[in-house]
Amino acid sequence: MTITLNGKSQILDESAELLAILHDRQVDPAHVVVEINQSIIPRDAFATTLVNDGDAIEILRFVGGG
Amino acid sequence: MNDELVIGGQVVRSRLITGSGKYQDESIIPQVLEAAGCDIITVALRRMDFDRPTENILRHVPKNKILLPNTSGARTAAEAVRLARLARATGCGDWIKIEVINDQKFLLPDNYETIKATEVLAAEGFVVLPYMCPDLGTARRLVDAGAAAIMPLGAPIGTNRGIRTRDLIEILIEEIALPIIVDAGIGRPSHATEAMEMGAAAVLLNTAIATADDPIAMARAFRLAVEAGRLAYLGGMPGASTFARASSPLTGFLDQTEA
Repeated sequence: MTITLNGKSQILDESAELLAILHDRQVDPAHVVVEINQSIIPRDAFATTLVNDGDAIEILRFVGGG
Repeated sequence: MNDELVIGGQVVRSRLITGSGKYQDESIIPQVLEAAGCDIITVALRRMDFDRPTENILRHVPKNKILLPNTSGARTAAEAVRLARLARATGCGDWIKIEVINDQKFLLPDNYETIKATEVLAAEGFVVLPYMCPDLGTARRLVDAGAAAIMPLGAPIGTNRGIRTRDLIEILIEEIALPIIVDAGIGRPSHATEAMEMGAAAVLLNTAIATADDPIAMARAFRLAVEAGRLAYLGGMPGASTFARASSPLTGFLDQTEA
């Protein structure tokens, strides 16, 4: 299946939990916010949220800014 | 002297707010904040860089600081609202600096979109600090929209040109009951003092400290400059005059002959 992750198309073997996608990329769930199809996913729902074919995922974190 | 700054119901001790951008070495940020005496620090929200998944600016921000995320990157009110909601979902508080910019050359804020975003976010319980082009009509609408403070620019972001909009900011200070925080353009401690002497409630700057040769020394210089300007404002500065007014008595001179 294909998802769009931070604007880039990615192929996944099968539906996966959001938390697993973060872990695969060495991302600490405590440091990010996630939107799937423009809906914010609460942090405590990362483990139970399934990412499906066609989903657009945005994973963001704070950086230095003025 | 009781000289409290209250923003969104919260007492803020320091009238110097600083940004966390443009640091060559982000690990010095705690020392910069200590030297600056800041209570509030701004951050931006961006896509995760999967090549550097462990980088985390919050590692360098002491827990007792108020985090002020900005909505930089937003070109419309809707984008600013989306970024603000994401920022709040991090669990780092509900303060938000609204920054809606369409103009890439001067990075001037879009006042109309800024008002719209302020209205939505204030209604959702955010503590909203809108960055704006100094204009009295806009400031009044931002007050009505529920802003917690108004942040007019002194000069375009990152230009270090000082308070070029001085006369317009003075009108806001005179007419608007909310704290007026001069944001952007402050390049030197003397600019910060000028803003505070004018009666600004606080100043927000990033570039002037972050890109200094010694950001920690510069942070301390800004702290002193802001304090000096605030004390001068509270002290009530006497007016200027064209002609000299002697500071020493004009009588009792040596060799003066009595008529």
